[in-house]
Parts: sequence; structure tokens; C-alpha cells
Amino acid sequence: MIPAAFDYRRAQSVDEAVGLLTEHGEDAKLLAGGHSLLPLMKLRLAAPSVLVDIGRLSDLSYVRANGDTVAIGALTRHRDLEISSVLHEHVPLLAHVAGQVGDPQVRHRGTIGGSLAHGDPASDLPAACLALGATFTMVGPQGEREIEAADFFQGFLETALGPDEVLTEIRVPKADGAGWSFQKFNRRAQDWAIVGVAAVAGSRPGIGLVNMGSVPLRATAVEAALAAGASASEAAAHAADGLDPPEDLNASPEYRRHLVRVLVRRALEEAGAA
Amino acid sequence: MNVSMHVNGERREYDVEPRTLLVHYLRDVVGLTGTNIGCDTSSCGACTVLVGGESVKSCTMLAVQADGCQITTIEGLADGDQMHPMQEAFREHHGLQCGYCTPGMVMAAVSLLVEHPDPTETEVREGLEGNLCRCTGYHNIVKAVLAAAQTPLASAV
Repeated sequence: MIPAAFDYRRAQSVDEAVGLLTEHGEDAKLLAGGHSLLPLMKLRLAAPSVLVDIGRLSDLSYVRANGDTVAIGALTRHRDLEISSVLHEHVPLLAHVAGQVGDPQVRHRGTIGGSLAHGDPASDLPAACLALGATFTMVGPQGEREIEAADFFQGFLETALGPDEVLTEIRVPKADGAGWSFQKFNRRAQDWAIVGVAAVAGSRPGIGLVNMGSVPLRATAVEAALAAGASASEAAAHAADGLDPPEDLNASPEYRRHLVRVLVRRALEEAGAA
Repeated sequence: MNVSMHVNGERREYDVEPRTLLVHYLRDVVGLTGTNIGCDTSSCGACTVLVGGESVKSCTMLAVQADGCQITTIEGLADGDQMHPMQEAFREHHGLQCGYCTPGMVMAAVSLLVEHPDPTETEVREGLEGNLCRCTGYHNIVKAVLAAAQTPLASAV
């Protein structure tokens, strides 16, 4: 399968990328590792007429401890997150989740920014960023702006990122010593999660859900129950409240609702969140 | 557009369309057909090659993304008639049945040993999760990789 023809432009800087996106409008797409975009292009589900390659902007690949947060360049690959000593010390959940994405070959190419910008509800990293209360930085023609992870995911494969904006940095509060858990339920190695749960305990508790709706979700009903003093199993009983999970070959919505209650309970118990 | 890369140590330079996938560049343009195309959807790993020493699925990378990179394919492992230790281990332990997944499996295994020089069996199984063997000959593949890990230069390319 070969993608539809496109013009290829390699950006040498974020500003150049923004300029190219502004010039070509909605016909242009950013290319980073390509592991979300290229499969869609090969199936002709996406056919951008211009690809703006930002994959070589190596100054957007970093993991740095900075005060109370850890700053991650959007072009940091999953593999680099998986082995980052800064993440292992301050945000071990994120290193672990990055190591569960796809398989080694995918992790050698895919980037955190690409995964987030794709906005797939079945992806692991968006749920982890929601649980951790991450903040994203985006650069566009008007300059830089920031957005909370909770406001970023807006619809199926739709995010707050404008067609002329580049996601440049992800900032995550340090969670030194806080309990955490990632429950990824699938049938085969390398598969997407049928349902996944990322949980972090400590002073900023949060729970993110994989594949429980049209967007990556925060388990707000569970978080509220925990804040009101519920036990892990009491809080987990609310994990599917108000959610409309998808139906596919792997699972019915009812099965996903059952699964998410089980996995949230396991995650809360492992994280010591209640 | 002009795309050049070092393939198995040799500089290659060709004019190709930007939409050319790395696997097609290697097979159809350079003419190295040892790299197989299996699922063509970045699931099966048959098309695994090394880019800068790291395993990559060449069906999910544009040739232009590899412009200027060092590529190693299955043809680049042996030294003349001398098989690479990983190839030798696959032969010794019968780590193949039909052989279709083998080039990708061997390349993924070489990359695995770079990251885990002395892997446990679990690390080998998890490290090869991106490669499917439809003959389900996994046990001997795992044996081969574990044996290769005990050989000097098994992760060398």
C-alpha cells in the first residue's frame, strides 16, 4: 500500500514549520515519527497534499527536570521516554507507559508529541498525560500558548491544536514517590488496549482511561469519589459512570464498562490511591 | 526527490517520489529483496531493518525520512561466507520454519541485544513482540536469540 502523492517539505525550525502550515492550510500535515500518520495515509484514510517533516528538529527531543515539573520535548521518542533516568526518578508512570506503546520498532520511531496530536482514544500516552495533569505548549503564527491536557482532546482524533500550530512541549508535575499504576488489557502482544487505566496517587491524584469513549478521558467520577473518601473498590464502581465506550471486534460497550471497573480497582489498589 | 543513504555500508543515491516507503526503496530501487513485506500495516515486523542501529518497520517509514541515515538489512549482516552470530544461532537452533519472518526476526533480535546484551527469556519474548511468526515457531526463535546473546559480537552490525 502506497500513500497518495504529496509534496514533501522538511522544516529546519518550528517557525519554518508554522510558516509552511500557514502557507498550505488544512491540506498540510506535520510528520514526526509517522507512526500514526503513515498508516492512515497508506490506507488512504488521510491524503494530505503537503507533508511538513519536523522529524529532524532534534532540539525538540529532551526530558528535563525543571523546578516542580519535568519538561519533555514533543519529538522525544517513546524509547527515549522509556529509558529516561529523569522520568524514572520523577514521573515513573510516564516512562512505564511509553514502554508499553506498540513494540520496540514502533517505540524507536514514534514520538510523544505525535501520539498526543493524533488524539486517538485507544492510545496509551494521552491517558497517562491526563492522569498526571500535564500541560501542553503549542506554537502558532500568533506565538505560544498553553493548554491543560484535560482541555486538549476534543473529539475523535480531534484536538485543540490548530491546523497552523505545532505541539512543542509537554510539562508534567513531578510525582516523586507517588504511587502509580498502568493497567493495559489486551489479547495479544503489541495490540492496542481494549481498555487501559493510568492512575497516579499522591498529592495530585488522577486517573486516565484508554479506549472508553471517542476521546482519551479522565475518570472524573472516580476522582470525585476518592476525594470524598471512598475506598478503591467503592470509587472503582463509578469508573463507567456517564461513559459511552465504543463497540468493536474485541469488545462490546457492556464488556468495556465491566472491564474498566475491574481495571480501575486494580490500578487504585496498586497505586495505593485509596 | 533525491534520497541518499548508506545501505550496508555502501552509499546509495536515487531520485524517488516522496511517497516511496523505505521498504520499497530497499527492495525495488536498491534491489535488496531480503527484506520481506508481510502485513504492510506495521504489525508483523517482516520488514524490520536497522536505521542507525535501531530496529524499524520499513513499511512505516518514508525513504526520505531515512535520507542520510545508516541502514542495515539482512544482506548486510554476514561477512562474506561467514554468517553473523545471530544468523548462525537461528540455523543452529532451527529458529525458522517457512522462513518468511526470518529476516525481520533476525534484525529485530540484533537490535534487541544492543538494548539488552544479556536478556532473560521474558525480555527476549517481549523484545520480539513486534515480530509475528505465522508458523508459530517462537520457541526455537527465543532459544536462538538467547544462545546468540552468549556469543561475542551478536549485536554487532
